Amino acid sequence: MNLLIKGARPYGEDAADILVRDGRIAAVGEDLTATGAEVVQAAGLVALPGLVDLHTHLREPGREDAETVETGSRAAALGGYTAVHAMANTDPVADTAGVVEQVWRLGQEAGLVDVVPVGAVTVGLAGERLAELGAMADSAARVRVFSDDGHCVADPALMRRALEYVKALGGVVAQHAEEPRLTAGAQMHEGDRSARLGLTGWPAAAEEAIIARDVLLAGHVGARLHVCHVSTAGSVELLRWAKSRGVQVTAEVTPHHLLLTDACAEGYDPVFKVNPPLRTDADVEALRAGLADGTIDAVATDHAPHAVEDKETEWASARPGMLGLEQALSVVVATMVETGRLDWRGVADRMSVRPAAIGRLDGHGRPLAPGEPANLLLLDPAARSVVDPAALASRSRNSPYAGRELPGRVVATFLRGAATVLDGKATK
Amino acid sequence: MKRHLLEAADLDRADATLVLDTAAQIDQALAGREVKKLPTLRGRTVVNLFYEDSTRTRISFELAAKRLSADVINFSAKGSSVSKGESLKDTALTLEAMGSDAIVVRHSASGAPHRLANWVRGSVVNAGDGTHEHPTQALLDAYTIRRRLGRLEGVRVAVVGDVLHSRVARSNVRLLHTLGAEVTLVAPPTLLPVGVGSWPAEVSYDLDAVLPKADVVMMLRVQAERMNASFFPSAREYSRRYGLDGRRMGVLGDDAIVMHPGPMNRGMEIAAEVADSPRSTIVEQVGNGVSVRMAVLYLLLGGAPS
Repeated sequence: MNLLIKGARPYGEDAADILVRDGRIAAVGEDLTATGAEVVQAAGLVALPGLVDLHTHLREPGREDAETVETGSRAAALGGYTAVHAMANTDPVADTAGVVEQVWRLGQEAGLVDVVPVGAVTVGLAGERLAELGAMADSAARVRVFSDDGHCVADPALMRRALEYVKALGGVVAQHAEEPRLTAGAQMHEGDRSARLGLTGWPAAAEEAIIARDVLLAGHVGARLHVCHVSTAGSVELLRWAKSRGVQVTAEVTPHHLLLTDACAEGYDPVFKVNPPLRTDADVEALRAGLADGTIDAVATDHAPHAVEDKETEWASARPGMLGLEQALSVVVATMVETGRLDWRGVADRMSVRPAAIGRLDGHGRPLAPGEPANLLLLDPAARSVVDPAALASRSRNSPYAGRELPGRVVATFLRGAATVLDGKATK
Repeated sequence: MKRHLLEAADLDRADATLVLDTAAQIDQALAGREVKKLPTLRGRTVVNLFYEDSTRTRISFELAAKRLSADVINFSAKGSSVSKGESLKDTALTLEAMGSDAIVVRHSASGAPHRLANWVRGSVVNAGDGTHEHPTQALLDAYTIRRRLGRLEGVRVAVVGDVLHSRVARSNVRLLHTLGAEVTLVAPPTLLPVGVGSWPAEVSYDLDAVLPKADVVMMLRVQAERMNASFFPSAREYSRRYGLDGRRMGVLGDDAIVMHPGPMNRGMEIAAEVADSPRSTIVEQVGNGVSVRMAVLYLLLGGAPS
């Protein structure tokens, strides 16, 4: 099936038509024609490569009441994503070839985005011994990113071995940087507000200490390291230092850490409880600067759906995490584009090109150019809308952006030339 | 007055003064009376919703409500549906459906009363939430200070002990500041929160340096479990550096008073000779607690004083 996208602005630049044939971009240019092609009018819309998320919780298997691979895939497509990495902290844990293949197959069946399973680093996320990383890498799911996310691989010797071992697999360890002894019982960022609110503090140093340790280890053994959801100014400084020393380290930041601060904890609404916690204005500023200058490579959602009863509780009893897939691009537009920190090529780089490279994904994060897979999205940058959790495709409702007006609307998403979203609605 | 009393910051100076003045009026009205009961809240229902064991606070609120002729229901987490896993929200909606006018809540989670206030139409009174606040304790402490010293403006209050985990300290810092007193927090650095510098209080690690200037010394309870978590090396060392013993009491000014929210660890943060001395207001605080809680319930449920 052929598709002709008329008048879109690739990377926000000069308008052009994009002709898609057999799932690939056949031509990009002015006044293209193609008999029999389905035509999508895209005047004024920005065309970007399909987004790639390095960090999504799809909750299946185990918590299908909060999200399934299918509902999460739909949320992703509506957010402009064509590939998402599904984190391993399911029940059962994705620590075997069997579980990662199950998640991968569910993603194929949903057919809305490429669901790329992340394999657990350690058996059961217990941090004690390595899971069969090679078996997961060699499985149909072709796992390349390994993470105990939700838990830190805290044992330094085990972390060193994991970093070394995945070199043979073309893999990378994505570390949830949190020194567990420094965050026992932690509820929010440790600072003025935690002191007043009487919520146990999560010190920035607990993240930074692990990042410092891990970049040293990665440098020592010559392995790749990826740092999940960087949240502090100090972490950005450490990453900048490590990169300047040639360490193969990459890092991601979440949309919520780019926009929200610990001020959200006032009122104790656990929709704002997340791990790592929302931090200060100064941290937000450092994260935006780090993303702009490339110290932070990628935006990753850490989309974390939770059932209502896991959030409508006392703060301390609530599960940490918030939705992200459907608003991530809008938050990046608000925090990075409208502030002049990133142009659209920069957005494509941080949300598609680099995450695809970190995950070693073929076929994603490719340029909008002839011969490339037709994974792309069309965005109306002028649209603004107020986020209504009830209208989200996710099975859960824990959006921290409820009631907030955000810019940008994903009008269409194409996965290998097939529309997964048209007119802002999922096609299936 | 706001509809709820969730934290000391809910009270501005006028509101806080109104509570203390109302408590004084209540004390006056009941003084010498054989039947210590006012008809003010007849027909109103007050629920004591206690998720933590706290006999003294629950009894104090129960007595306060009963002396105002309210119907009182004690709902304790133990032996109720809560122990079967009912959520705070479902419990709140149940109590709401039963027609409670006020819920007095004690909970181990900071902010639980704030959550509760979102789900009920009646008033919520925080009777202590986690390590956050205990506003009626601060009110009764302020009332006690005012009765003993005749004023709050400019009074120098040393709050000594486990500030990090203390809801009493948080409420007192805020309320005493609102009422014009000057608070100095005294503790080992491990028992002060990161961020304490933003509080309207001075901070000292040296009890001996603070005592001679203090008009009020408020000792905080040190929980036994802190001793196993390296907040300080031993109970003996804590007591030596931060305990109030007879020698230290001797350097206090003539009119200075010693307070403790109870229950006390005699021999740990406070020596028996201090607790039982004429400076001690500890028993008085308990009695004042009932009057102040009557004033709070009266103002939240009954309107302005006559």
